[in-house]
Amino acid sequence: MVHQFKQNGYALAVDVESGSVHLVDDLVYDIIALYPGREEEEIVRNLADRWPAGDIREALTGVQALVDQGLLYSSRQAGISRPATASGIIKALCLNVAHTCNLNCCYCFAAQGTYKGEKALMSPETGRRAMDFLVENSGSRRNLEVDFFGGEPLLNWSMVKETVAYARSLEERFNKRFRFTLTTNGLLIDDDVIDFTNREMDNVVLSLDGRKETHDRFRVTMGGSGCYDIVLPKFLELVRRRSRGTYYVRGTYTHFNRDFVEDILHMADLGFDEISMEPVVSAPDEPYALTAEDLPQLKEGYERLAAEMLDRQARGKGFRFYHFTIDLEKGPCIYKRLNGCGSGTEYLAVTPAGDLYPCHQLVDDPDFLMGNLWEGVTAPHLAEAFAQCNVLTREDCQDCWARLYCAGGCAANAYHVSGDLLGIDPVGCELFRKRMECALMMKAAEAVNPAK
Amino acid sequence: MSSGKVLTMNEKSRITTLTTRNLTHPLESDGCGECQTSCQSACKTSCGVVNQLCEQDND
Repeated sequence: MVHQFKQNGYALAVDVESGSVHLVDDLVYDIIALYPGREEEEIVRNLADRWPAGDIREALTGVQALVDQGLLYSSRQAGISRPATASGIIKALCLNVAHTCNLNCCYCFAAQGTYKGEKALMSPETGRRAMDFLVENSGSRRNLEVDFFGGEPLLNWSMVKETVAYARSLEERFNKRFRFTLTTNGLLIDDDVIDFTNREMDNVVLSLDGRKETHDRFRVTMGGSGCYDIVLPKFLELVRRRSRGTYYVRGTYTHFNRDFVEDILHMADLGFDEISMEPVVSAPDEPYALTAEDLPQLKEGYERLAAEMLDRQARGKGFRFYHFTIDLEKGPCIYKRLNGCGSGTEYLAVTPAGDLYPCHQLVDDPDFLMGNLWEGVTAPHLAEAFAQCNVLTREDCQDCWARLYCAGGCAANAYHVSGDLLGIDPVGCELFRKRMECALMMKAAEAVNPAK
Repeated sequence: MSSGKVLTMNEKSRITTLTTRNLTHPLESDGCGECQTSCQSACKTSCGVVNQLCEQDND
């Protein structure tokens, strides 16, 4: 399968199976579209009213060469075309250390941090058990990942620090390397949080929705006032003092800020250079839910963002947008691209009580309770169901050119939208494909106009 | 900011092929599994794996 598109003055052809990306001129673009199943003479006849026959034949030679090299209309090798199976290895945990929050954001998928249950904090004992559980179940994997999540994890800060210290004590003995991430709304950031985070967290995710009016629309305190003015100085200071690891300021956009690009550019103008912005996850009847009717404006926004990023890059003011980040040479291998995020298999979410769920987005659903930290996975049918959840088993993915970029997408989103773990979220898919087109266009632009 | 690299330019530069990892080349194993889980990075609500880096030197 080959996907062709034009954007920002660039014409691209993406060979889905090999992952090859070709920047082409208009004639080659037309030839590639006609190529499958046609002889040379038929292609020449089809294009003769627009191009000289000699040019068509010459360009066709180039297209044929790509096909012969396996870089266009390629086929997946048979040995790779097999679905994943559950290995039993667990390498990443999302630790919901606080099922409570000090903000009251009504768009929160975690129901203001409680996941529709009781408020709760994870105990230090449970945190230590989670680290032991991860080491015990990680097999030969060396890199182990733990995300301190909530709710708001800074409401249980001493437990977070104790858990990190305990995990570090296991590293040398078991030949493991823990990578920690902290996701925070920022309200409780202070010098201690900044110093500890800089020292111990490989990644920090800072929740900022963009412009003050956007951020304060949803991200409000219990008293109902927006928190932009409280958290922004804290985020700026944390980022200023961050000397190692990565960070992201991460926003959520909704139906109310379909001009979300302005929010991204606002954050870039503030000096943040690692930015993520996610479409809201919500029930379709919420007033802030994104709809299919929003798609044209949202897609146009992504295209504008990509062009603006190239422009800023050329002026030495570039920034990274998480969803346009793509490494064509050093990106994930084919197996990662088939197996996806690992939810319910190598990645699990842990509640404050120590219960296990396939991922943080399914924590509120008792049908997805997989076990607990002490007894392990006691619902093997769920582990197997998630192991079978990959790009090869999703019917809707088979005709999608972007399937090896998303690996079949988010199982939780698919389930919430379609009622089926093997379904898809059509609006999310449409946005994902547009983001990938933008990312590939930027790569092509950078290739022919390398940064000075 | 990493730049895309050009693998080949041919046919009077009608075609510029970017350097990419060839996904049809089978690996020696079924993948090492050491790379970052995508939801540990920044998303948490939508999946994409292509923005994760391979932990191996895949030159």
